[in-house]
Amino acid sequence: MKNLNLITAPLRKANPITVLILGICSALAVTAKLKPAIVMALSVTVVTALSNLVISLLRKGIPSKIRIIVQLIVVATLVILVDQFLKAFVYDVSKQLSVFVGLIITNCIVMGRLEAFAMAHKPWESFLDGIGNGLGYGSILVIVAFFRELFGSGTLLGYQVIPQGLYDFGYVNNGLMILPPMTLIIIGIIIWLQKPEEEK
Amino acid sequence: MDTLGIFFRSIFIDNMVFAYFLGMCSFLAVSKNVKTSFGLGVAVTFVLIITVPVNYLLDRYVLSAGALSWISPAFTDVSLDFLSFILFIAIIAAIVQILEMIIEKYSPTLYNSLGIFLPLIAVNCAILGASLFMQERHFDTVGQSLAYGFGSGIGWLIAIVGMAAIREKIRYSKIPKRLQGTGIAFIITGLMGIAFMAFLGISI
Repeated sequence: MKNLNLITAPLRKANPITVLILGICSALAVTAKLKPAIVMALSVTVVTALSNLVISLLRKGIPSKIRIIVQLIVVATLVILVDQFLKAFVYDVSKQLSVFVGLIITNCIVMGRLEAFAMAHKPWESFLDGIGNGLGYGSILVIVAFFRELFGSGTLLGYQVIPQGLYDFGYVNNGLMILPPMTLIIIGIIIWLQKPEEEK
Repeated sequence: MDTLGIFFRSIFIDNMVFAYFLGMCSFLAVSKNVKTSFGLGVAVTFVLIITVPVNYLLDRYVLSAGALSWISPAFTDVSLDFLSFILFIAIIAAIVQILEMIIEKYSPTLYNSLGIFLPLIAVNCAILGASLFMQERHFDTVGQSLAYGFGSGIGWLIAIVGMAAIREKIRYSKIPKRLQGTGIAFIITGLMGIAFMAFLGISI
């Protein structure tokens, strides 16, 4: 039960993006389309979970003075693996994500979880916590990308969703949704909708 | 593109915060009053001026394909590209650490005003982001990469100071209760981003 809570809490109550405001940095520029957002969400989940696991295994041997460097090296190694993997199997998406895969290294969620959780907990719990936080983060990315792609280009995952008939009636794609600043406004609205739940 | 063009481009058109959302965490967390935001902005600019050219040299003479040919012609096919993430972040962490020590020794007043922010900067996305964008854009000279680093820093500074000024003002306005705090901060950043998009049409 406790372990399950580690995964579900970050999805809503302790969501890294909307509640803790962590890790907004690297990934919001990739939410104009659903596909790169999903790939990004999975990459972040993998990196958070594995780095949490590794740091938790090493936690007793890391001198606290140089822990930031040790954490960065572990995370950077994992990100290199993810990057090479994406380049090998989904090359076009990896091109779209460009530098943002590398920026997972400095994603505040990864570092934040390492500092706040993995340094003080057992490996298995840390691993679950990493998965939970990665998913909590990914869920917001996917929600934002869903609305931006639907209203911005009328497609989902590249397939046309809004029927041609609507366009004939004079429906026009909302070009504003494609622009990067709309991401922030959508997240502002998500926070607005989520607030009362948190107050209970 | 000339050096001056790169400088102005990186301030207004490719603004770190509004065009790429880099350095958002500290941007939202620190922008509560103008004075500390200015301190952080100066610290970020300072670190960018040093790390971007250093990483440029590293990329040019060690990492990119054929870069090692100055050691021996046998290395012309060697590309160490895949190591760039780990080396860039190590260089950034090391430079931040050294800067902290130097500033502490020679200028205690500056250290007291920047002190708390310096260690945070190592994990600021804007710093690593600038190095990675620098690698992607293939600048010709060290001067250009310096201009890029400097411009990105100034752009970040302008963004965070502007944001802090707005947040100081809205403290007295009536915001719907659920939106107070982070919600409104996100929306303001979005609106500022839209305002900055006006610069997109300018070609430098």
